[in-house]
Amino acid sequence: MVSGTTILLPAFNEAAHIEQVIAGVRGVASGANVVVIDDGSSDGTGERARSAGATVLRMPSNMGYGVALQAGYKYALREGAEYVVQLDADGQHDPSAIPRLVDRVARGDIDLCIGSRFLEGKSYVIPPARRAGMILFRRIASAVLGATITDPTSGYQAMNRRVIEFYCRDAYPTDYPDVNVLVMLHRHGFRIAELPVDMFASADAKSIHAGVRPAYYLFKMGLDIPLNLLRREH
Amino acid sequence: MIDPRQQLLAAVCGIGLLVTIIELVRRRRLKEEYSVLWIAAGVTILVVGLNYGLLERITAFIGAGLTSSTLFFFGIFFVLALCLQFSVKISRLEMQLKNLAQELAIAHARPASIPEE
Repeated sequence: MVSGTTILLPAFNEAAHIEQVIAGVRGVASGANVVVIDDGSSDGTGERARSAGATVLRMPSNMGYGVALQAGYKYALREGAEYVVQLDADGQHDPSAIPRLVDRVARGDIDLCIGSRFLEGKSYVIPPARRAGMILFRRIASAVLGATITDPTSGYQAMNRRVIEFYCRDAYPTDYPDVNVLVMLHRHGFRIAELPVDMFASADAKSIHAGVRPAYYLFKMGLDIPLNLLRREH
Repeated sequence: MIDPRQQLLAAVCGIGLLVTIIELVRRRRLKEEYSVLWIAAGVTILVVGLNYGLLERITAFIGAGLTSSTLFFFGIFFVLALCLQFSVKISRLEMQLKNLAQELAIAHARPASIPEE
């Protein structure tokens, strides 16, 4: 495992899975600093994570996935991390891909590596409406980035310190850090690639795209992506 | 020609609003930043209430049929401007709150309770 790696696990009420996920992460990345960002859980997620060997950042209240994730980036940056891998705490992301993702970024020719559930024939069952949305944003991301991005909504990513610094800015969209972030990264000259990873459907998955939120998500991306292309901030 | 009672009502409303705003600012219960639009509204009510001819000229200028339409139009526009100002402020506050919460979480980071491997 590449030294100076921090693994970020944003978690909200994941007491049922967190120990198993941390054990899986530590099994493949023993030298890495495992950090769980407990987003105001009420089921003892933070305590279980500490017992399982993770450093825990506890948000004062449930502030959302993006806010928790950005707290993790800020912590990793201050702790001197050279690489960060983020993955979900509900067990959907197979931790065995962590070394491959970090090694890919550590080669130096890219800044961010996305773990794709659709690359190289990987299959992942998702509802039709969500699949349609994914295909739409896959096409948008690929068109904007000028390269095929098969899984732009994947939350399984590895990045170098330059990306971590970029993610710590106020411009980072904490409500829905998704395809729009890839567009921002591309606009700022960061290089992005994908590697195939295994993802597992979780029976009690709490997706940030659940409920009525897809409508806002579409609005947000529809507004944010063109605006990112129009902005001239550096 | 406007009824003198309407003029009196407008003057009372305008002066009452201005006095209330200035008193709130004096007591530091309303920041100067947020008093701008309210003072502008109070002054407008006072001026238009006491000078009906001005309201008629504005009505003719914007092409409205009735002076009451002009009042409603500018009233709604004022409320929208106020809402926009609040939305901008809430966005800034949300950003500051997010950063504060993150700093708090980082400051109280709890290391693992078992030895690292």
